[in-house]
Order: sequence, then C-alpha cells, then structure tokens
Amino acid sequence: MKVAIIKYNAGNIQSVDYALKRLGVEASVTADPAEIRSADRVIFPGVGEASTTMAYLKNHRLDQLIAELKQPVLGICLGLQLMCRHSEEGDVTCLGIFEETIKKFKLQQDLLPAMKVPHMGWNTISNLKSNLFDQTLEDQYCYFVHSYYATVGKDTAALCSYPSPFSAALQRDNFYAVQFHPEKSGKVGARILENFLQLSFQP
Amino acid sequence: MLSKRIIPCLDIRNGQTVKGINFVNIREVGDPVELGRQYSEQGADELVFLDITATHEGRKTFVELVKRIAFNLNIPFTVGGGISELKDADALLSAGADKISINSSAIKNPRLIDDLALHFGSQFVVVAIDAKEENNHWEATMHGGRIPTGKELFSWAKEAENRGAGEILFTSMNHDGTKNGFANEALAHLSELLTIPLIASGGAGTMEHFSEMFTLGKADAGLAASIFHFGEIAIPDLKSYLRNAGICVR
Repeated sequence: MKVAIIKYNAGNIQSVDYALKRLGVEASVTADPAEIRSADRVIFPGVGEASTTMAYLKNHRLDQLIAELKQPVLGICLGLQLMCRHSEEGDVTCLGIFEETIKKFKLQQDLLPAMKVPHMGWNTISNLKSNLFDQTLEDQYCYFVHSYYATVGKDTAALCSYPSPFSAALQRDNFYAVQFHPEKSGKVGARILENFLQLSFQP
Repeated sequence: MLSKRIIPCLDIRNGQTVKGINFVNIREVGDPVELGRQYSEQGADELVFLDITATHEGRKTFVELVKRIAFNLNIPFTVGGGISELKDADALLSAGADKISINSSAIKNPRLIDDLALHFGSQFVVVAIDAKEENNHWEATMHGGRIPTGKELFSWAKEAENRGAGEILFTSMNHDGTKNGFANEALAHLSELLTIPLIASGGAGTMEHFSEMFTLGKADAGLAASIFHFGEIAIPDLKSYLRNAGICVR
C-alpha cells in the first residue's frame, strides 16, 4: 500500500511517519502532486497557525489538490481545521471540504482553573459515526492539544466535550479528519490509524 | 472529561536515566527508551526527558536519543536541557519531540519564549521553573537550584504565559526529593493565576500526595521520578487510587 504524508510548512509530521512505521507501513513524506494523487492513502497532519499554513498551501497549489483527492484522506489536528470552511485563527477561508467552522476556545472565568486553554491532554471521544471507528473505541481516551475547535454539524463523526461538545472527528465521503493526535494516543490511536489503512477503496 | 495527567520524568545523563535526590546525589536507573516504553504500557499519560547536566556543562541536547524515543513511544513527550536558541528547538522538533522545556535559558533571555511560541506554536513550549521558598517568598532558581535569579515565582510564571508559554512546569526545590507531598499552597495559587495548564513537580511520596496535588493544589498534571523508577508506586495502582478518590484519570 502506498501512503503519502503531505509535506508542507507545518510541524510534527515526523511522529505520524513513526506511528505508521510501528504499524509496518512505509509512507512517503511528499509535496509532489503526482505522488500524492497516486497514493492509496493520504495523510494531512500538522501543527501550526491556520492562516499562514493556508497561504502556503495556496502558493504551492496544494489546496485544490487536496480537495480533489478521491482516495481516503485523513486530516490530523491542524489538518482537520484546514479541511473546514473557515477558521477564526487569522480569519481565513479554508479548504471547505467540511461545512463546519473553526472557533477559538473562550476562557470562561467561572470555569477556571479547571478549563484552561489550550485544551491539552487526554479526553474521551463519543457518539462515533464513521467507519474510521469501531465499537471498541467509544468513550476511549485520545490525546488532544489545541486552542481552536471545529463546531458540531452534519459532518461530525465523533464528539468530545470541553466543556461544550465539539467535533473530535469529521467525515464526508472519502475525507476523514480527527482533532486529536492518533499517532500520540497509545493503543487507541494506533487502532484508529489501522482502521484508516484498512478502509476499502477501489481506485 | 479532560483527565488529570500522570507524568514520569526521566532525568538523562550521558544517555542514561538518573534521578538526583535534591538534584545532588545521582544514581543510574536504566535505558531511557526502554523505561519510556514500559511507562507508556503502564498507562503514563506523557513523559518528560530532561538532560540534567546539559545546562551545567553547556552541552547541547541529545537529538539521537530523542529520535529513538520518538520512534518507540506512542504517547507525547517533552524534552528539556540545553535549549538556548531556535535551532536547538528545531532539531528536537525534527527528531520527533512533541514539546520542549526551557528553564535557565528563558530566565536569561525571556524573549526566547516569544520566539519559540511564534515559530513552533505555544503547544510546543513548556516553561519549567525550579523555585525555592524562604520567608514566604518564592524565588526562581537556575542550574538545578544552585543559582538564585531574583525572579519571583508567580510573576515570572505569569510573564512566561503572557510571552506564549503553553504550559508551566513548577518544581518546588523545598519539596523535591523529600517525599513529603507537593507544594499544594503555591500550586493552587499558581493554578488560579494561570490560564494555561500547570504541571506539579517535587515531593511525591505516596498516592495520597497525588490526590492532594490535584484537589488542594489544583494542578492539571503531576510529575515524579524516583517513586516510579524504583517501583514504589506503580502507575496502574496510582490511577485506580485516583479514580476511587473521584479524580478523572485515563
């Protein structure tokens, strides 16, 4: 199986590559359009700032390329956010694959010191609605680090609460995305990555 | 619900894990990669690897070890020691570190926090503060507690947050190595002052100490070393103890 990890100006791509290697999969970290288009699976990871990253994707014509992919695509963290319609971070129009929008967690004085920003640590995912997940994953803990979140809408494939519900995962057609870091979420995360690799797909 | 985190800390010297009692007497306790993997299996939520001699001897950090850790570990980990400029941080990020921790270098050059946050994001920057209390005054120290800095703990922690730190790791030098419990009063004050997560360190001796640190000290995460390394407290036991005490853990 050919797995492409999209290489762009965002951080922490290395750990996704390592997580796949632990599952016995050699991925290529690439920005080459032909290589990305011909892969069986595409992973769009990332940690960074939304508006500068979107500008980079546009300059390198990766925005259109990603939106037109037909094989299973998995966005992770910033990847999920960039696949949405709009982000409050730098007030930027994103790829628009999902209808949901990205908002910032607001600090609420009455909820401090329990609810800090960023939302950092292990939290549960629930209401799972995607073949990315299976029954064993309901209410399992995943590792999150983020200050912005996707609203809940019709593409929502998993919920998390902090303290209100937000989209922990999104799915539309061949596009999958998770806000948490499966590559850092222990056995639960490894299972989600395996599920993604095992999705059925005929090119 | 967001769970409270348990974080074993592995102090590294010459590629081996060590733990100093009050940062002075040092004895070796094993291979960091193997220990890290064991902790992950046992349910540790994160790990911290500190190159404890790096600042003191002016050594740069241990990128090759970090690569091995990143490859073998499926939970987040922070590395610290000897990070004084952007390129040190960049090398560690490329090697697979999730976060870096800066301590003395941030005190000497607070702008470093701004620069790191700007380049790599706040989530990547942990500011560690080793502080000592004397006559009700908490002062940050440098170089493993050896050098006073003139910086008051609470204002320095808030400044670090304002400059873009993503987390504060506070070690009480009065409590570290004593196994008499965490500095809960100072922790609670810090936690109420900060809007970013707080990691408590120094003083863990019993499971009850962790429960007090989360309830009285209001910390988001608890860090300890020797009690885990020497098997005095097993992480699965600690987690079930905390769960029974009504604290949300994974």
